[in-house]
Amino acid sequence: MSANLYVNLSWLPRRPENFNELCRTALDSQGELGMRIRTLAGYGLDENALNRVFKVIVKTRDAGLSLAPLLPFRLGVISNANSHFLAPALTATAARHGIDLECIEADYGQILQEALDPDSTINRARPDAVLIAIDYRGLPLRFTPGDEKAHAETVGQCLQHIAAIRNGLHENGGAFCIVQTLARPVKSLTGSFELALPGTMRSLINAINIGLAESLAGTTDILLDVADLAETVGLAQWHDPTFWNLAKLPFSSLYLPLYAEHICRIIAAQRGKSRRCLILDLDNTVWGGIIGDDGLEGIVIGQGDATGEAHLDVQQTALGLRERGIVLAVSSKNTDEIARKPFREHPDMLLREEHLAVFQANWNDKATNITAIAKELSLGLDAMAFLDDNPVERNLVRQMLPMVAVPELPADPALYTRYLLAAGLFEAVAFSAEDGRRAEFYQDNARRVALQQQVGDLDAYLVSLDMHISFQAFDDTGRTRITQLINKSNQFNLTTRRYSEEEVRETQNSADCFTLQVRLSDVFGDNGMISVIICRQADEDWEIDTWLMSCRVLGRKVEMAVLQEILLHARSRGVRRLLGCYRPTERNQLVADHYAKLGFEAGAVDADGASHWLLDVATTPEQPVPMKITRL
Amino acid sequence: MSVSQIYESLTEIFQTVFDDDSLAATPELTAGDIDEWDSLSNLRLMLTVEKHFNIKFSAAEIGKLKNVGELAALIEAKL
Repeated sequence: MSANLYVNLSWLPRRPENFNELCRTALDSQGELGMRIRTLAGYGLDENALNRVFKVIVKTRDAGLSLAPLLPFRLGVISNANSHFLAPALTATAARHGIDLECIEADYGQILQEALDPDSTINRARPDAVLIAIDYRGLPLRFTPGDEKAHAETVGQCLQHIAAIRNGLHENGGAFCIVQTLARPVKSLTGSFELALPGTMRSLINAINIGLAESLAGTTDILLDVADLAETVGLAQWHDPTFWNLAKLPFSSLYLPLYAEHICRIIAAQRGKSRRCLILDLDNTVWGGIIGDDGLEGIVIGQGDATGEAHLDVQQTALGLRERGIVLAVSSKNTDEIARKPFREHPDMLLREEHLAVFQANWNDKATNITAIAKELSLGLDAMAFLDDNPVERNLVRQMLPMVAVPELPADPALYTRYLLAAGLFEAVAFSAEDGRRAEFYQDNARRVALQQQVGDLDAYLVSLDMHISFQAFDDTGRTRITQLINKSNQFNLTTRRYSEEEVRETQNSADCFTLQVRLSDVFGDNGMISVIICRQADEDWEIDTWLMSCRVLGRKVEMAVLQEILLHARSRGVRRLLGCYRPTERNQLVADHYAKLGFEAGAVDADGASHWLLDVATTPEQPVPMKITRL
Repeated sequence: MSVSQIYESLTEIFQTVFDDDSLAATPELTAGDIDEWDSLSNLRLMLTVEKHFNIKFSAAEIGKLKNVGELAALIEAKL
């Protein structure tokens, strides 16, 4: 499965069903063509799909249309292998990174000539950079087992060969070079001992790779660590001897999208397009569980628990990124006070408030919050990355703020950091002392920023979620889950009345009670039971005894849909008014204005702070809701 | 997998690789029939077939193929 991560670029959103259609019709409307191509390139694409995007780019150029705001970049490619397949993949992948890439290919095998001749194809083209795609088969590697002197000579010759190519390109073409490390071949002639034995493939390549990395210091050239890529996916997967023999393909084409992605990442990084700020969701991302419902004792974080360790790894990784200059911020749907509690009081938390530049915990949509965070830090949205376990939040941010990078995450939190880091959002091509201090520079003790108005068209997004809501009275099948929700929900819970399963059964069977169990599914799957309602007959009125909802579906007009459903039944039974009550607890500030927002009229306030609300059934008009309704 | 299922998959693969929904994989189809079918796209085709059926071809097997009928027969022999 992890191998698929790197084949399918699984941190990128999956391409939509109508991807081919979108490519075919991309040029039909001309507005923001560059951005639309960037979006098409932004999905996880295999070689065939990259080829499609490449064709769109070629058509755009042929028609004389602009690819703005993509940034033009010219890349020369010289290789000891077949590089014809590279240009389409690189050009399409570059669009994903906001780059309008033009590839200039050298003739096959003409590496040194291309570099040294001022009049060569590459040098004449005056590219911005040249990729020196040389693998171990393109260097004079001599097998001299046990011969230390010959080993040193071979390493020296290989490094000199590459240095000569780089110098030639600098002097004759003015380009900076992208220099590859060597992926070692799978085969070993001596076994494990090979690493200890001078003059073998393993020890030679090791020495050359270290020499290459060292030779970059003080130059403008950039390292592409192909050896690391190949080892990450597995050397036996990376090398495909059949296709090398057949067509001189230097590695398995399965990894062409990954290889192109890594090249384009460093080009984008060189152009200052890496992300500078990581915005973290809290519940089920930074810790396991929901702080508002589970409480400080209930959330899972820390050693000794598999899930707790997975989330600890997220914190460790965030702190590591901070050490190298990435600013950290939080965006969470929570009450501020409650969300800060683990940072202040939980002994196993590694992340503390002093590590965070901005701390946004409120009940607004995350697109609005991310915009506020970017503004506060004076960073562009294209410098932001957002990590959230919830696919609905991820997609909302992607749709409303396409410039923000939002990596996909798998179901298993143990793999969160693997996906985040595989996404390579924070690619660095250099490191300065300043980088190490940058996060501190932005620091202001987890400040919170005032929100501007909501960004983007939320309603259109809600419609695109294709939500299906189902309403059903309490029944035997649902009772266990209903009881669970009644006893667990703290945040979106108007009265926080707890009932045993036996009491729920009585409610279910009582003629004086109207009950609802509510389920919701959407394009991302089934959310299960997300809301529970109990109304009790009080003369001509209904008293809303219990109204609770899962915070996971907050901001999706589910409350409105539930109210419509209650009104529908109330009307048919001749009920005069709905009587709501909000009983404040430490955890349910979120719903203090619940009834006011739904149009209830304010009534009395008790001595203990409980507020009462009224809604006239007959005069309340019906409201449309962005979801399909089923009644069971 | 039946032969007709192989052809069904191949039709889908040809449409994907050559970006042409009107293509249908038939036994007589050869590289001469499709403009875009050159040595480079042939590699993509072979790779896409390998990936789809989870099989591997040798260089000799690929070199010998004359038409889609032979490709389908080779796939069938490997499944």
